[in-house]
Amino acid sequence: MAAFGLMLLIATAVVAILAPWLGTTDPVQIDPIQRLRPPSAQSWFGTDLYGRDVYSRTVYGGRVSLFVGLSVAVLSVLIGLLVGLVSGYSRPADAVIMRVMDGMMAIPAILVAIALMALSRPSVRNVVLAITIAEIPRVVRLVRGLVLSLRERTYVEAAVASGSRLPRILARHVLPNTVAPLIVQATYVFAAAVLIEAGLSFLGAGTPSQVPTWGNVIAEGRTFFQVAFWMILFPGLALSATVLSVNLLGDGLRTALDPRLARRL
Amino acid sequence: MAIYLLRRIFATVPVMGVVALFVFALLHLAPGDPAALIAGDLATAQDVERIREQLGLNAPLHVQFVTWVGQLLRGDLGVSVFSNVSVTRLIRQRAEPTAALTVATLVMAVSLAVPMGVLAAWKAGTWIDQVIMLLAVLGFSCPVFVLGYLLIYGGAVQLRWLPVQGYVPIAQGLGPFLRSITLPTLALGIVYIALIARMTRATVLEVLSEDYIRTAHAKGLAAVRVLVGHALKNAAVPIATTIGVGVALLIGGAVITESVFAIPGIGRLTVDAILRRDYPIIQGVVLIFSAVYVLINLVVDLLYTILDPRIRY
Repeated sequence: MAAFGLMLLIATAVVAILAPWLGTTDPVQIDPIQRLRPPSAQSWFGTDLYGRDVYSRTVYGGRVSLFVGLSVAVLSVLIGLLVGLVSGYSRPADAVIMRVMDGMMAIPAILVAIALMALSRPSVRNVVLAITIAEIPRVVRLVRGLVLSLRERTYVEAAVASGSRLPRILARHVLPNTVAPLIVQATYVFAAAVLIEAGLSFLGAGTPSQVPTWGNVIAEGRTFFQVAFWMILFPGLALSATVLSVNLLGDGLRTALDPRLARRL
Repeated sequence: MAIYLLRRIFATVPVMGVVALFVFALLHLAPGDPAALIAGDLATAQDVERIREQLGLNAPLHVQFVTWVGQLLRGDLGVSVFSNVSVTRLIRQRAEPTAALTVATLVMAVSLAVPMGVLAAWKAGTWIDQVIMLLAVLGFSCPVFVLGYLLIYGGAVQLRWLPVQGYVPIAQGLGPFLRSITLPTLALGIVYIALIARMTRATVLEVLSEDYIRTAHAKGLAAVRVLVGHALKNAAVPIATTIGVGVALLIGGAVITESVFAIPGIGRLTVDAILRRDYPIIQGVVLIFSAVYVLINLVVDLLYTILDPRIRY
């Protein structure tokens, strides 16, 4: 299943990267005469209200979704790792950081992102930042928990006793042990970020309307879904397949990297 | 016990404090002039000044914060920039559909997911387990709004079993209410079902390897009694925790679900507020939803002692 997930994810990424060479037309090119046409040999996924090609919009939309997912995963894991390390090693900082993280986690992630987007200009960069801020607390919690338990391990205590300095202990003993759980966490953050981006764009709080993403293509189809269901079906399938592939990959990685944890979930 | 109770209730204060600080800080740390941003591109200088005055942005920061928290504690969430109606009133007007939707989903999801999880754990490794777990992964991956439109298209447009969109309050009859809430509940509930089913399977599976389960089987108890009376009972605490934490998914999902099914609830209010950049409403919604979430998890925490008599505070 994990291999299937990886293949599906790679296929999605390849399609997104090769978008201009896959029989697409300009995704923002309007053609009022051709509007609301059902799928045909000419436009495989049909056309939307303005006669734009839904196939092209779906393929190009994948670029934004995958970019947002990847950026949020990388950013929130890096920042979360840093904050989590500080929290795990400094008691005074820990008290403050964990209070803030507990508070942030009390707000559903999509609402954090909505509140942030409500006061920023709609752009892909701001969407990435908003979702990253919403996802950081979970990573911090994970890293802090790992650090606190690693500090108790005999080999870390032995390293401290034999006079190793903190940077060396972090680099040799602590960081290597956070890699596997963080990779697994990154896949879940990736999946969550793709879903939240789509949700934000669907609600009108995401990327600007001239940038097609799966979320806003679906949002534009909502008024016409009874007569032009293809506007929702195809980007919806692409979105679900992508999130599914990342989830399958994450489950597989978790089983492979940490069999003990995997049995618990 | 009483001391624990008080300490646990008191622990929600800093959490809500951080939430309040977050929504307050956003308005002031956002790049640019928040009043100009809320007013929009077509606003005149007077409009911007009026909004700045209304949001109290002219006072020093600490004065603004103290005033704002003071108002919050009195239940005053401010006034909508767009309609000049108090946010508390707007939220109260829209609360019923949202409460009905989330409670219906919670009940439906828990009563389906827990038996599914127990069944999957009992039949672990067989095709039944694999089908249930596959459904759970699919449930995690299909976004609420995609699922919502698929359900509307299948159940309402094609088969004409249920109304396409809209909401009928309970007061207008239980039948029409249930018909209007069925598809939204299903759409919103799938992720939650997936989450609870997976957690139930994992914890029950772990309990099933305990010695007392073998003893129960050995003394000839029926499988159902072992599963419900022994396994599920001992797995109850982690499952309850997951149900509580998962409420965040439910609340976030409700905002989108209401938008798909044209339900006039708090989610719809939020979406309209986003489009008009009516920040006081967004602040109010974030605060109320977070407070509900914190409260539910407080109740779950206090339920531990009932679910598991071994836990004593």
